[in-house]
Amino acid sequence: METKTKDLWVFIETNEDGSAKNVGIELLNPGKDLAREQGGELVAVVIGHNTTEAVKAAAAHDADKVIVVDGTEYESFTTDAYTNAMYHLVTKYGPTTLIIGATQNGRDFGPRLSCRLKTGLTADCTGLSINEETGDIAWTRPAFGGNLMATILCSDTRPQIGTVRPGVFKKGAETAPHAEIINEEYHVDESDIRTKLLKVIKDAAEEAVDLEGADIVVSGGRGVGSAENFEKVIKPLASVLGGTVGASREAVDAGWISHAHQVGQTGKTVAPKLYIACGISGAIQHLAGMSGSDVIVAINKDPDAPIFSVADYGIVGDLFEVVPLLTAEIKKLKG
Amino acid sequence: MNILVCVKQVPDTTQVKIDPVTNTLIREGVPAIVNTYDAFALEAAARLKDKDPDTKIVVMSMGPANAVNALKDCLAIAADRAYLISGREFGGSDTLATSYILSNAVKKIEETEGKFDAIFCGKQAIDGDTAQVGPELAEHLGLPQVTCALEITEADDAHLEVLKEGTDANMLISIGLPCLLTFTKPSFEPRFPSLKRKMMAMRAQIPTIAFSDLPGIDAGKIGLNGSPTRVKRSFVPERKKNGMIISGGTAAENAAKLSELLSDAKVI
Repeated sequence: METKTKDLWVFIETNEDGSAKNVGIELLNPGKDLAREQGGELVAVVIGHNTTEAVKAAAAHDADKVIVVDGTEYESFTTDAYTNAMYHLVTKYGPTTLIIGATQNGRDFGPRLSCRLKTGLTADCTGLSINEETGDIAWTRPAFGGNLMATILCSDTRPQIGTVRPGVFKKGAETAPHAEIINEEYHVDESDIRTKLLKVIKDAAEEAVDLEGADIVVSGGRGVGSAENFEKVIKPLASVLGGTVGASREAVDAGWISHAHQVGQTGKTVAPKLYIACGISGAIQHLAGMSGSDVIVAINKDPDAPIFSVADYGIVGDLFEVVPLLTAEIKKLKG
Repeated sequence: MNILVCVKQVPDTTQVKIDPVTNTLIREGVPAIVNTYDAFALEAAARLKDKDPDTKIVVMSMGPANAVNALKDCLAIAADRAYLISGREFGGSDTLATSYILSNAVKKIEETEGKFDAIFCGKQAIDGDTAQVGPELAEHLGLPQVTCALEITEADDAHLEVLKEGTDANMLISIGLPCLLTFTKPSFEPRFPSLKRKMMAMRAQIPTIAFSDLPGIDAGKIGLNGSPTRVKRSFVPERKKNGMIISGGTAAENAAKLSELLSDAKVI
């Protein structure tokens, strides 16, 4: 596709109530500097329904322009509506770069969009910079279950597109808005939306598990030994910290806790402020899902467990002894 | 129903180790397996066949000649027919080029097997982890898609009802045929092959589709030169090594020390 501007776009994904998901606002922060280095403006693209709050949030985080597509067909995500809308915008305005949060929806419609545009897409990036030689975005991402990092360039086609993992970048401070707001009327016919949401199924037995958005995650692994021990040992520590319970694949496969809690390659990728791994040896697949956490604590009785190699703090010991003591200490600390 | 399952042969990344001296991946001796998520896709097809024995399951894989082993595994588990897509012209393809080749291969295979009602893929391959080839293949073929499917709850001649894994709740989605689904980890384990099927798979002749078998394909859109993205550099990520092991005290003292350190670091 022909580029018409040097602008860098950040897709602002919305929740069903029209507010912005965190990841889009986070990405405006690195986006601002990358846009300047590429000699263009920072543009936030909001797609959703009743998007006032999302537009306001984008404008308060350094966007030079906010392009808005608002309609009932965008209230809940569909591949077709979002792909068609973004394709329309990109071909109309011709940005040089597009960054999309690597949420489930971002990774669903991102590849369809890039394929329709016949351009390159780099998945699930954890690093963004400018390549000095070419001026292209250098997209850095993990592969091989987190064992290998690759830096990828898309030099010959535009826009260069990447999905970026939530939580990797921090939101910038709010500033006085200066953005030009562009309301773009674009609607997708019902007949062009080829999937239909029949039902949202919340597991009644358990509350929603928001691991990706959690500030603190307390995870248990094989060492926890039973579903009962998850309740008795892991959950109390998570609740005193206001955190979410995670688990390794071994614990999930053993049936001690549901897959919604699984952290790692076949589960969720998390990057909380604090990650406490209890009785988790630290297989590569698990490390791939949590090694981006700010502070990692490992509690394991095997001093050679690989989890200690990524931990900031470790205690070699029996989790059944250490974790309840730690829970009590933190309870004391919090008064 | 006529189902195509796309599989990739991948190194078992659970068995990849890092050379502590050179800090590089040790790839030698790592077994090649059917990509974990593709096995979930095959299982979903097998479950449809359990309900309707007239279902035909075709598998295809792009890769080197030894990827026939992955295809034979699929034949042993549930597939009826298998095709290998192989050729040096295809090497170095990124996801856009790969999905373009696959879309041409689908059309080629349909000449023999008839139109597919549904194409099933794994959500992502455990080596590349991009999760892009499925949606890109759907786009090339103009098919609707559902990604992160857990299982198919209903199937008729014109629709599938798909349970899709969501971030905070699962969703039940209706999609018309033909369509493309990508599968994630369901709550059940994929089946094992029977001995009889294993023996049969071992003897199976698997046709290869080469570049020359795809007359409509644009050579400028495949391989390294046809790929819009390039790997500029790859490296083994640094792991933190200066972590502090709290020891020396009783369990209670160590726990108190940890709580104090976390408080000082302002993480709690």
